[in-house]
Amino acid sequence: MTVALKVENLSTHFFTKQGVVKAVNEVSFEVPRGGVLGLVGESGSGKSMTGYSIMGLIDPPGRVVGGRVLLGGTNLLELDPEAMRAMRGSRVAMIFQDPMMTLNPVLRIDTQMIEAIQAHEKVSRAAALARAREALARVGIPSPDERLASYPHQFSGGMRQRVAIATALLNKPDLIIADEPTTALDVTIQGQILFEMQKLTRESGTALIWITHDLSVIAGLADHVCVMYAGRVVESGTVDQVLDAPRHPYTRGLIASVPAANPRGRALAQIPGMTPALLNLPPGCPFRERCARADAACGADPATEALADAHAVRCFHPHTEALPPAAAEGASP
Amino acid sequence: MLVFIIRRLLQSVVVLFVMSLLVFAGVYAIGNPIDILISPDATQADRADAIARLGLDKPMYVQYLVFLGQAAAGNLGKSFAFNIPAIELIFERMPATLELAVFAMGLAVVLGLPLGLYAGLKPKSLGGRAIMAGSILGFSLPTFWVGLMLIMVFAVFAGVLPSNGRGPTTLLLGVPVSFLSLDGLKHLLLPGFTLALLNIALIIRLARSGTQEALMMDYIKFARAKGLSNARIVGVHVLKNIMIPIVTVIALQFGSVIAFSVVTETIFAWPGMGKLLIDSINVLDRPVIVAYLLIIVTLFIFVNLVVDLLYSVLDPRVRLTDSGQ
Amino acid sequence: MSPAEQTPFRRFVEEFAENRLAVAGAVMLAAILVIALTAPWIAPQNPYDLAQLDVLDAKLEPGAKLGNGRTALLGTDDQGRDMVAGIFYGLRISLFVGVAATVLALLIGATAGMLAAWLGGRVDGLLMRIADIQLSFPPILIALVLLALLGQGLGKIITALVAVQWAYYARTVRGAALVERRREYIEAAQVLALPPARIVFRHLLPNCMPPLIVIATVQVASAITLEATLSFLGLGLPITEPSLGLLIANGFNFLLSGKYWISFFPGIALLLMIVSINLVGDQLRDVLNPRLKK
Repeated sequence: MTVALKVENLSTHFFTKQGVVKAVNEVSFEVPRGGVLGLVGESGSGKSMTGYSIMGLIDPPGRVVGGRVLLGGTNLLELDPEAMRAMRGSRVAMIFQDPMMTLNPVLRIDTQMIEAIQAHEKVSRAAALARAREALARVGIPSPDERLASYPHQFSGGMRQRVAIATALLNKPDLIIADEPTTALDVTIQGQILFEMQKLTRESGTALIWITHDLSVIAGLADHVCVMYAGRVVESGTVDQVLDAPRHPYTRGLIASVPAANPRGRALAQIPGMTPALLNLPPGCPFRERCARADAACGADPATEALADAHAVRCFHPHTEALPPAAAEGASP
Repeated sequence: MLVFIIRRLLQSVVVLFVMSLLVFAGVYAIGNPIDILISPDATQADRADAIARLGLDKPMYVQYLVFLGQAAAGNLGKSFAFNIPAIELIFERMPATLELAVFAMGLAVVLGLPLGLYAGLKPKSLGGRAIMAGSILGFSLPTFWVGLMLIMVFAVFAGVLPSNGRGPTTLLLGVPVSFLSLDGLKHLLLPGFTLALLNIALIIRLARSGTQEALMMDYIKFARAKGLSNARIVGVHVLKNIMIPIVTVIALQFGSVIAFSVVTETIFAWPGMGKLLIDSINVLDRPVIVAYLLIIVTLFIFVNLVVDLLYSVLDPRVRLTDSGQ
Repeated sequence: MSPAEQTPFRRFVEEFAENRLAVAGAVMLAAILVIALTAPWIAPQNPYDLAQLDVLDAKLEPGAKLGNGRTALLGTDDQGRDMVAGIFYGLRISLFVGVAATVLALLIGATAGMLAAWLGGRVDGLLMRIADIQLSFPPILIALVLLALLGQGLGKIITALVAVQWAYYARTVRGAALVERRREYIEAAQVLALPPARIVFRHLLPNCMPPLIVIATVQVASAITLEATLSFLGLGLPITEPSLGLLIANGFNFLLSGKYWISFFPGIALLLMIVSINLVGDQLRDVLNPRLKK
C-alpha cells in the first residue's frame, strides 16, 4: 500500500505572553492510501492541533515550528500560503466536530458547496452544481435538488454533518481529517455516519485521520491508532495491538475507563489527576504525575521504542502482559 | 410574510393614533389654540371667525376628532410664514433632507465598513488601534462643532469647499438633487460628512466586533479548510454575517440622521425640512411644526417596518410569520 | 496585602486604575470639576459683568494683550470677553445642566422603573410602553419639540433633558429589579413583613445601583452634548446663561471671517469634558459589570 500522508516530527507551539505552549510535540505517523488512522486522546492532548497543523490552519500566536508533512512527496509545510490554500479542500479536506457550527448560517448549501469546487477548478456553476448534487446523493441525503437550495438551519444535525462530509469529498481529496465529527450527534446517527465514512473512503481510496477521544469509535473504524498525551504520541500501532495489548500506562488507563470495559457493579476505573497544563511543561514524561509505575527514571524524556511490527511506545516502564480478556472485549464492540 | 406586514401596519396605525393624540394634546391643548393656529397679527374679527370655523367652542373630544379627520385628509393647516399648506411646504423641502441623509448614510457605510473590517481582521495592528481610537473620538465629538470646524478648515482657510447652501440642483425623475453635478457634490460633502460622523464611528464598532466574532466561528475555519481565498472568506462569509446587524442599525439610524439633519442643515444652511423646522420654531409657525412631527413619526414607523423586512431577507433564520412583534 | 486592607472601595479603585486611559480621564474630569466649581474665583474676569468688558478688546487673537495689559491666552469674543473666562463659566453652566438633568432623570426614571417592577400588571405595561415609544425616537427630536412647546430657559431645558432621559433609567431599574426581586434576600424581607417602601429603598434600590451609575455617567455626557446642541440652535439656554453651546454658536457668526478661536476653544473644552466623562464611564462599566469580572 502506498503512503498517502507521512508526518515526521511535527511540532506546533503557541507563543503566549505567559510562555510557550507545546501543543504538538514531535509527532510522527503515516497513513496509507485508503487507510484509517485513529488519533486518540483527551481534550488538550494536541490531537486537533495536529489536524490543524497538517491543514496549515494554525493561527497566531501558534506556529508550526518543525517537522515535515509529506503528502504524496510534497512537504506541505514548505508551501507558500497560496499553494497551501490550493491544497486545502482539494487534496486535504477537514470536517469538524459541531455540524451546527461548520456551515455558514446565512449562505445556502449550494453556495457553500459550489464555492468549494470553484476555489480549485474553473468550472461552470451548472457543472459545479451537478457535482454538488451528486455528492449529496452519495452521502445519503434524499432529494438533493431541494436540499441544495436550503439553508443550514433547515437541516438536522446529522444531515448537516453529511453536507459537511459531502463538501469535503467534492474535490476527491487524498486525505480527509475528521475532527470528532460524530461527537455532537445521537448514537444512532453516529453509527450511520461512521459506516458511510468508512464506505466512502474505501471506495475512493481516500486516507482518513479520525480524531476522537472515544476508543470505541476507533475500535470499529481505524486500522492504526496513535494515542496522544500532552502533545506527544505516547503509543501507536494497529488497532489490535493498541487496544488488546496496550503497553503505555496511559493507554491502559484510557481503556479501563471505557464504561463497557467494566463488569457491572464495579466502580469505573479512572486515571487519577488531570492532564498537565502544557504551558512551560517541565522535561520528563508528562504522565509521570498520574502514573502508578512512575519512578525517578521518568524525570527524563522517554524515547519512542519500537516493539513488534508497527507497535511503538514511549515509556520507561511499559506494561508487558496482555490486557485481561473482559476489558479487551469491551473496548472492541 | 403578508400576515406579518399586515399586522405591522395595524400596529403602526395604533402608534400613529397615539402620536396624533400626543401632538394634539401638546400643540392644541397646551396654551391657547387660537394663538397656535392663527397668525398673531390677525384682526379681532379674523379671530372670532376662526374660532367658529375651527370649532374651538366645541368640547375637546369633538375638536380632536375634527383634527384627526383633517389630518387624515392631509390637511394640517397653513403655514403662517409662507401662507401655503404646511404639508406641501414640508414635502417641498423633503428631497433635500432625504438626499443629505442618504448621502450621509452612504458615506458612513463606505468609510465605516472597510475601516471596521480592517480593525476586526487586524485588531492588534497600528492601523486597527488607530481606527478604534478614532471611533471613540467620533462618539465624543459634538457633531455641530465638528461641522463648524469643517467649515473653518475647508471653506475659510483652504477655501476649497462651499460652506452653505445646496448648490445647483438637477432634476432626477422630477426631484431636484445636488449630487449629479460636481458643484452640487461639493456642497454635499461637508454637511454629509458632519451628519455621517457618528454613524461612521458606530459602523466601525459594529463591523469590528462582528468581524472578530465571525472569525472565531467554526464555519470560517471550515471555509478555510475548503481552500477558499481570503478575499472570498472575508468578502462573502464574514461580510454576509456582519451585514445583518449593520443593515439593521443603518436602517434604524436613518431616522436619527433625518432628525439630526436639523442641526446639520442649520449649520450649512441646507434648505431641507430640518432647517424648516428650526425656522418654524423660531417664528412659532406651529402648523408646520405639527406637520413635521406627524410626517417624521410616519417616516419612523415606515423605517422600522423596512428594518424588519430587511432583517428577514438577510437572515434566513428569521421567519417573520411567527414573530410576535 | 492583608485582608483588612481589601475593602470593596479599595478593590474598586485598584480595578479602575488598571486602565491608564481611564485614570487620565478621571484626572481630567477632576480638573474640569474644580474649574467649574471655582470659576468665579479663578477666572481672569467675570465675563458677564459688562463693567469689566471693553469693546476695544473685541475679537482679539489668542495671545493678544488686552487694554488693561493682561494677555488673553485664548483671545476674546465680539464683546471683548476673555475666552478663558467665558469657557470657565461655560463649563460651570454646561456641567450644572448636565448633572442636574441627569440626577432628576435618574430619580424619576428609577422611581418609575421600580414602580413598574413592583406593581407589575397594567402600571408596568403602561410605563414601559411609553418608555418604548419614546426610546424609538431620537433624543434630539423629542427635546426639540418639547422646547418648541415650552420655550427657552434653564428650567425648561432641564425639563426637556429629563423627559428625554428618564426612560433609560426606568428600563434599567425595572430590568434589574425584576431580577433582584426573585432573589432570596427579598423573599426573606417579605417574609419578615417589612413595609414595601423599606424593601424597595433599603434592599432593592442599592442592588440596582451599579448599572444606574454606569448609565448616569454616560448620560451626563450626552445631556451636556444635547444641551450644547440645543443652545447652539438657539432653543436651549437664554443668552443670560452662556453655556459652551452658546459660546460656540456666538463664534459661528465670526467663523467665516477667520476668527476661529471664538468657536474653536469652547468646542475643545466641550470635547475634553465629554471625552473624560466617557473614558471614566467606560471603565466604570467594565469594573462594575459583574459579567466581565474574571
